[in-house]
Amino acid sequence: MDKEKIFEKMQLSILEGEPELSRELAEKAVNSGISPLECLNNGFLKGIEEVGKLYAKGDYFLPELVASAEAMKSALELLDPILKEQKTERKVLGKVVIGTVLDDIHDIGKSIVASMLVANGYEVYDLGVNVKASDFIDKVQEVKADVLGLSALLTTTMPQQKLVIEELQKSGIRDKVKVIVGGAPVTQSWAQEIGADGFAEDAIGAVALLKNLL
Amino acid sequence: MEKQQKIKSIVPTLNFEILSRREVIKIHEAALEVMAEVGVQFPSKKALDILEDAGCSVDRKTQVAKFPPKVVMEYIKKAPSQYILAGRNPDFDIHLDGNTCYLSTDGCGILVSDIDTGEIRISTKKDVERACLVADYLDEIGYIWGPSVSAQDTPAHLRPLHELEACMLGTSKHIQPETVISESVARYTLKMASLLTGGMEGLRKRPIFSFMQCATDPLGQDGGALEASMVAAEYGIPTGFMPMPMSCATAPATLAGNLVVTTVDALSPLVLMQIINPGTPVFFAAAPTAIDLRTGAYTGGGPEDYLLGGAFNQICQFYNIPLSMGAMATGAKEPNWQAGVDNVFSTLMPVLTKTAILTGAGMLNGSKIFSFQQLIMDCEIFNMTKKVAEGIIVNEETLALEVIKKVGPRGNYLAEKHTRKYMKDIWQPKVYDRTPYDQWLSQGKKGAYEIATEKAKWILENHKPMPLEKGILDEFSKIMAEADEILKGSH
Repeated sequence: MDKEKIFEKMQLSILEGEPELSRELAEKAVNSGISPLECLNNGFLKGIEEVGKLYAKGDYFLPELVASAEAMKSALELLDPILKEQKTERKVLGKVVIGTVLDDIHDIGKSIVASMLVANGYEVYDLGVNVKASDFIDKVQEVKADVLGLSALLTTTMPQQKLVIEELQKSGIRDKVKVIVGGAPVTQSWAQEIGADGFAEDAIGAVALLKNLL
Repeated sequence: MEKQQKIKSIVPTLNFEILSRREVIKIHEAALEVMAEVGVQFPSKKALDILEDAGCSVDRKTQVAKFPPKVVMEYIKKAPSQYILAGRNPDFDIHLDGNTCYLSTDGCGILVSDIDTGEIRISTKKDVERACLVADYLDEIGYIWGPSVSAQDTPAHLRPLHELEACMLGTSKHIQPETVISESVARYTLKMASLLTGGMEGLRKRPIFSFMQCATDPLGQDGGALEASMVAAEYGIPTGFMPMPMSCATAPATLAGNLVVTTVDALSPLVLMQIINPGTPVFFAAAPTAIDLRTGAYTGGGPEDYLLGGAFNQICQFYNIPLSMGAMATGAKEPNWQAGVDNVFSTLMPVLTKTAILTGAGMLNGSKIFSFQQLIMDCEIFNMTKKVAEGIIVNEETLALEVIKKVGPRGNYLAEKHTRKYMKDIWQPKVYDRTPYDQWLSQGKKGAYEIATEKAKWILENHKPMPLEKGILDEFSKIMAEADEILKGSH
């Protein structure tokens, strides 16, 4: 099959949110000698760009965005290790570590933000829920994250967001990463009070925020 | 002595069904299938131990418990269908009897629309007390739920205790927080409440305090919340669990599928409560909804909410256990047209299906902002709903043949005795504006919002709730000091 056709299929697998298909196409392509970077630039990333356009137009909705992001992640899971081996850097808009803070298990909003960011070209490390401050710090340092996103749904777990920022300061890396906070009880004034770099009320706001911050 | 019913309730006479009997059974059977084959996550060792002993199969690694249908049905049958939620003032007792609908406040917001300045600001302990004070005065409000706002000027580890104190200062109606989410805090709050009932046995007989918890959809519970309510069940204090499944995100996109998840998440913890203490009073709770398709965000209102909000009680009636349904709590950011639309639909639907409790009045922006005006305007909606749900009585007197014949063609009924006898049944507005146009102009275009503002200010200035007994606040301080020592620094 000619390359163009393969790239088209890759784009379609993203548009239709088919993670198994994306992975399969990525694997086959790499095995037949097509470079991972080409797969991304001409195939999968083109697909995600198209998804972004359709969403902006109002033709695609959030569930489709999330499904596309899943397909994207699936392709990246196969391609990223190969790129690493080849010492090739792929273009990302930024690296984001995200999670829900300690003692808080609410995750749907955070997961939607993570998917939106993947769909918009960011590399996202989602640490899940009930995440200790030290785990956030460790991951930020490990992947050299540009952004750390902290989610809290309870007024009683919000103080963890403040704590993580203090821990970043103690570790001497506060200035190396932008910290954004979110969650239903979080407000702009809280974000300012704790010295966060930004706050967004929903996933769309988060994407816009990162475009401004980075 | 006859106890005067000081709380306005609705006994609907209209018959309204969203689901057929067969459909209710289908959803019930689907819920049983999910509980048996997939299970529900109960992230608490104590809870899992109890469930396993009672015949559930438990995976300790995933903390998922699978419930055999036999276990579910055997235990849920033990839950009482009727009981009271007591007020410190017995005139404010809520009788859950399967036929009557009550309105509670909504919570638990983080912002307040300041009654004096109009500013939207962070909520404090004083706001909790003031919200309760106004709710104490309004006879449409059956009890305080939430509380309305979070006492954010108090330390996090003691906050629910401070909130209980503030509520008790503001009202003598029943209090039901959704903020008691650990076993230790549960014990302290019950200790505080029992001071007012002469001990725990008194609290069990007259529960002036009960717990609501949030589930974590889909098919999950919160460990701390479970353990807090397990304490309530132990002492026979009423408790319930509120899933809020959002179609497309934490529930299937289809509403029937949403109801399956809602049922599983609301029912499974009640089974646990019955295993712990068979016959302990429990309630269903739910606030099912659908995401906004564009942003994935919580909407605070839409046709899906109204349908699900009405339908779920039909399922709860199948189990014969009272339901507290999320009602009102518009997503609108101001007390405007959208708030009106949301809150009428979301109140009317559950009342028409005879839902026991509507939770509740007073909040904006998806339960984030407390507004005194919204509280009063929501009560107006409750009153109108009451009138509608109580239907049209058709009998000899109401057919009014005698007076129709008497008045004859082209007469009028204004001065008739029959009119004077029945006119008080006609609804009268408390905040609805019906002034003639020019008068309205000359009064500065005063509408419902302005009238509600005046009323709220008057209540805040003039209403005095039933005071707490002498020495109670000192006792509360002692308990809070002890709790501070024990809970500080732990999580």
